[in-house]
Amino acid sequence: MKLTLKIWRQKNSNEKGAFVRYPMDDVDPEMSILECLDVLNETLILKGVPPVAFEHDCREGICGMCGFVINGVAHGPERGTTACQLTMRHFKEGDELTLEPWRAKAFPLIKDLVVNRRAFDHIIEAGGYVSVSTGQAPDGNDILVGKEVADKSMDAAACIGCGACVAACPNAAAALFTGAKITHLSSLPQGEPERDRRALAMVAQMNAEDFGSCTNIGECTAACPKEIPLDVIAKMNRDYICGTVRTRDDLPTPVTPVLAKS
Amino acid sequence: MTLDAKIPSGPIEQAWAKHCFDMKLVNPANKRKHSLIVVGSGLAGGAAAASLGELGYNVKCFCFQDSPRRAHSIAAQGGINAAKNYPNDGESVFRLFYDTVKGGDFRAREANVYRLAQVSGKIIDQCVAQGVPFAREYGGSLSNRSFGGAQVSRTFYARGQTGQQLLLGAYQALERQVRAGSVTMIPRTEMLDLIVVDGRARGIVARDLVTGAYSVHIADAVILGTGGYSNVYYLSTNAKGSNTTAIWRAYKRGALFANPCFTQIHPTCIPVSGDYQSKLTLMSESLRNDGRIWVPKKKGDPRPPNEIPEDERDYYLERKYPSFGNLVPRDVASRNAKAMCDEGYGVGKSGLGVYLDFSESIARLGEKTVRERYGNLFDMYQRITDENPYKVPMRIYPAIHYTMGGLWVDYELQSTIPGLFVLGEANFSDHGANRLGASALMQGLSDGYFVIPYTIGNYLATNKFPKVEESNPAVQEALTEVKTKIDKLLSIKGNRTVDSFHRELGKIVWDYCGMGRTAEGLEKAIGLIRALREEYWKNVTVAGSADDLNESLEKAGRVADFFELAELMCIDARARNESCGGHFREEYQTSEGEAQRDDENYSYVAAWGYKGDNAPPELTKEPLEFHYVHPSQRSYK
Repeated sequence: MKLTLKIWRQKNSNEKGAFVRYPMDDVDPEMSILECLDVLNETLILKGVPPVAFEHDCREGICGMCGFVINGVAHGPERGTTACQLTMRHFKEGDELTLEPWRAKAFPLIKDLVVNRRAFDHIIEAGGYVSVSTGQAPDGNDILVGKEVADKSMDAAACIGCGACVAACPNAAAALFTGAKITHLSSLPQGEPERDRRALAMVAQMNAEDFGSCTNIGECTAACPKEIPLDVIAKMNRDYICGTVRTRDDLPTPVTPVLAKS
Repeated sequence: MTLDAKIPSGPIEQAWAKHCFDMKLVNPANKRKHSLIVVGSGLAGGAAAASLGELGYNVKCFCFQDSPRRAHSIAAQGGINAAKNYPNDGESVFRLFYDTVKGGDFRAREANVYRLAQVSGKIIDQCVAQGVPFAREYGGSLSNRSFGGAQVSRTFYARGQTGQQLLLGAYQALERQVRAGSVTMIPRTEMLDLIVVDGRARGIVARDLVTGAYSVHIADAVILGTGGYSNVYYLSTNAKGSNTTAIWRAYKRGALFANPCFTQIHPTCIPVSGDYQSKLTLMSESLRNDGRIWVPKKKGDPRPPNEIPEDERDYYLERKYPSFGNLVPRDVASRNAKAMCDEGYGVGKSGLGVYLDFSESIARLGEKTVRERYGNLFDMYQRITDENPYKVPMRIYPAIHYTMGGLWVDYELQSTIPGLFVLGEANFSDHGANRLGASALMQGLSDGYFVIPYTIGNYLATNKFPKVEESNPAVQEALTEVKTKIDKLLSIKGNRTVDSFHRELGKIVWDYCGMGRTAEGLEKAIGLIRALREEYWKNVTVAGSADDLNESLEKAGRVADFFELAELMCIDARARNESCGGHFREEYQTSEGEAQRDDENYSYVAAWGYKGDNAPPELTKEPLEFHYVHPSQRSYK
C-alpha cells in the first residue's frame, strides 16, 4: 500500500515547526501506525536525517505513552483505540495522513510529536490518592464494596493518562482526566474521608496548569481510547461544589505549574 | 568468593519475624538525613519509593518514561496471587509457598519464597486501602479466581488490567510523597552507571533524555527496580523501552548476575505478522481454559481452518497429555507449539502459529457465556488481526515474556555490592526456573512495600556514610566512561541502524537460547553474538546528536548492553547441563520429552561475576537446600 505521511517536525519549543511530507511505498495493512513510523525512521536514519520523535512504550494500549493527532482526531479514526493499536488497514491506497502533536497550552512541545504531560502528574500529586501509608491497611474484606460500585469505580479508573481528552477538547480542558480520578476514588468507601479535599485540591491544580475550562462539548469522551464516560465530569463538579460549601482553610496550594517552569 | 544469603536460622514460619527483630533500626529523627536513590517506578520501584518516603527517608526516584505511571508493570493482565483463603478452598501460606517452589522447578530459595507467601495477604489489604478497584462479589467481598492451572482460587484481579490498577495505586502513593516533599521524582532520566566508592554503592550517573545533560546523584544507598531483560530477544511482550542497562552497569561494577538463562516463554501470544513487527502482544492464558489447540494433520495444509474436517486435525496437547490436555504449564505448551511449527505443521502466513479454537466451547456454552469470559481478549485479538475469533480459530505462538534471572541478592535484597539493593523482576530471587502466573505482581509489591523498608534500615543503621564529593575519582571515572561510550556510539556513523542489529541479535538468542537449547547451539550462538557485537561497534549508525531528545541514541546504548548480556545468557545456559523450568536443554529430557533436572549436580544458583571485557565471567554457586518442599519430577501425562 502506498500512502503519504505528513508529519509535524519541530526540533524543540524554541524553533519554528513545519509539516514535512514523507511518501511511503510499501505499507503493510497489518502494521500499526507506530510501526509505520518505525519503518520511516529506519530509512531516515540511514539517510542521516534525524528520525521523527514520537512517544510509545507498551504498544498494547495500556501505558498511555503514545498518542498524536491523526487527520485531526486524537489517536486516529478508530473508536476506543490508542495509536499503537491502530492498524494501517483502516486507511486506503493513496491516503495522506496528517500527524501532529497534542496541541494544548498546558502540554508544551518537546520535539516533533512529543509533548510534556507532567501537568497530569501534578494534578494527581495534588490529591489523586487515598492517604494511607504502607502497613496501615485493615483486612481487604473489612470494608465491603458492592459489585456495582466497584464496577463504576473501575470504569473511571481505566484512564491511561494519555492526554487525548485534552488534545480533543476545543478548550484544551483536563476535566475528563481529573474527573476520572476523582470519580474512581470518591466512588469507593476508601476514598470517602478525603472526598472534599481531593476535589478542591485537584481542581485548583488543574486550573493552575493552564488547562482550559470545560464547556461540556464531549469531544474528550469521544476521543478517549478507554471510553471514559462523560459523567465523571459531572461527578467532579458535584464533589467540587459540595467541597466548596464545606471548605476549610488548610487546603494545599497548587505546585508551580509545568508552564511556569519551562 | 562465597555467597552469604543471610538466610535466618530456625523454623521457616518464624524466619522473617525473627529477622525483622534482629535487624537494626534507624531512629525516626535520623531517617531524613539518609538519602536514597530508587531507579525505576514500577510496582517494585514505585512501591519502594513511596514506602521509604512515608518512613521519612530523603528519596530520589528516577524513570526513563515521561511519568512514573508508565512503567511496564502496567501491562500485566491476569491478576495477583495472595494466600488469603477467602474462598475456603484449602489455600494457605504454606500452599502458596509450596506451589511457588515446585512451579519454579526447585531452583528458588525456600526462605525468600516463604516470606513472599507470608506477606502476600498484606499486599491485597494495602492495595484495597489505596482504592484499587478489585473485582467484587455482589455481597461486597473480594472476588477470586483460579489462574494458570492452580488448584485453589487465590488470584485477585481488576478486570483484565490488574497490573494497571496496582501500578496506579503505587503511583498515587508515590505522588503523595512527592507532594509531601519526601520523594523527588526525576522522570525522562536514564541511569547509565553505578557509582561505587570504597566498595559501596553510593550513587548513579544519569542522563536527561530531553536535554542530554549528564548528572551525578550521590546517596547512602541505591535501589534498583528496573525490571527484566526480555527485550534482549528484540521481539517480546515487554514494552519497547524495557532494558537491562541499569542492572548490567551494576554487574560491570561488581554485582553478581544470577541465573541469566532462566527466561519464560508465554504460550499464547499473537503471532508475528511481518518483518516490521516491533513487539508481541500477549493474550491471557486463561484462554486455554476453554480453547482447544490444534494444527492440521497435513503439513502446510492450505485450506482455511473451518474447511479442515475434524479427523484431519491434530489436537496435539490432548493427544500427548491426556490428563492435563490444553492446560499443561506454560513451558510445556510453548515447546510443543514450537515443535509442531518446526516440523512444518504451523499455520498462518509465516507458518509460525497454531490454532486456538473456541468453536466447541461456543457450541457448548453459547456465544454469550464465552463473550462474558473472554470478550475483551477477543476484541483485542480482532483489533490487531482483523479476524473474528468467534468465527475463526485464533492463531497463537509463544513469545518471551518474563525473565526469572537477575542480579543476585541475599535475603535482605542486597546485591554483592554493599548498599545496592535490587527489587522485583530485576533480581533473581523468588521464581526459580519458572514463574507461576499472577506471581510477578505479588513479588514486585512484596519487595517494594514490605521487604525493603525493613532491610534498608539495617544497612543504614550499621554503616557510616562519609560525604562523597563529585570530584571523587570514582565519580569522575564513571562519568567519563558514560560520556565516552555515548560519544563513541555517535562517532561510528556506519551503515546499519540500531534496530537492524537488535533484530538480528534477538533472532540469534531466540533460536539458540530460547525454548530449546543445546550445548552445540549455544556454542555457535556465542560466536555469532561476538561477531555481531564487533560489527556493531564498527558499523552502527545513530542519527542526531547527544544534546536533545534522541531515541535512536538511547536505544544504541541499551542494545550495546544487550549484546553483552546475551553472551552471558548463553554461557550460563551452556554451563547448566540439565533442564529445569524455562531452561530446556534438549540433551536432558526424559523419555517422555519432559525436562530432566539434575538435582545432584545443579541444585544451585549460578551467580556470574564480571572479570573484564575480554575475560570469561567467573561462576560462584549458591547451593540450594530444600527442607520443606522435596524435589520431585513434574509430570502432566
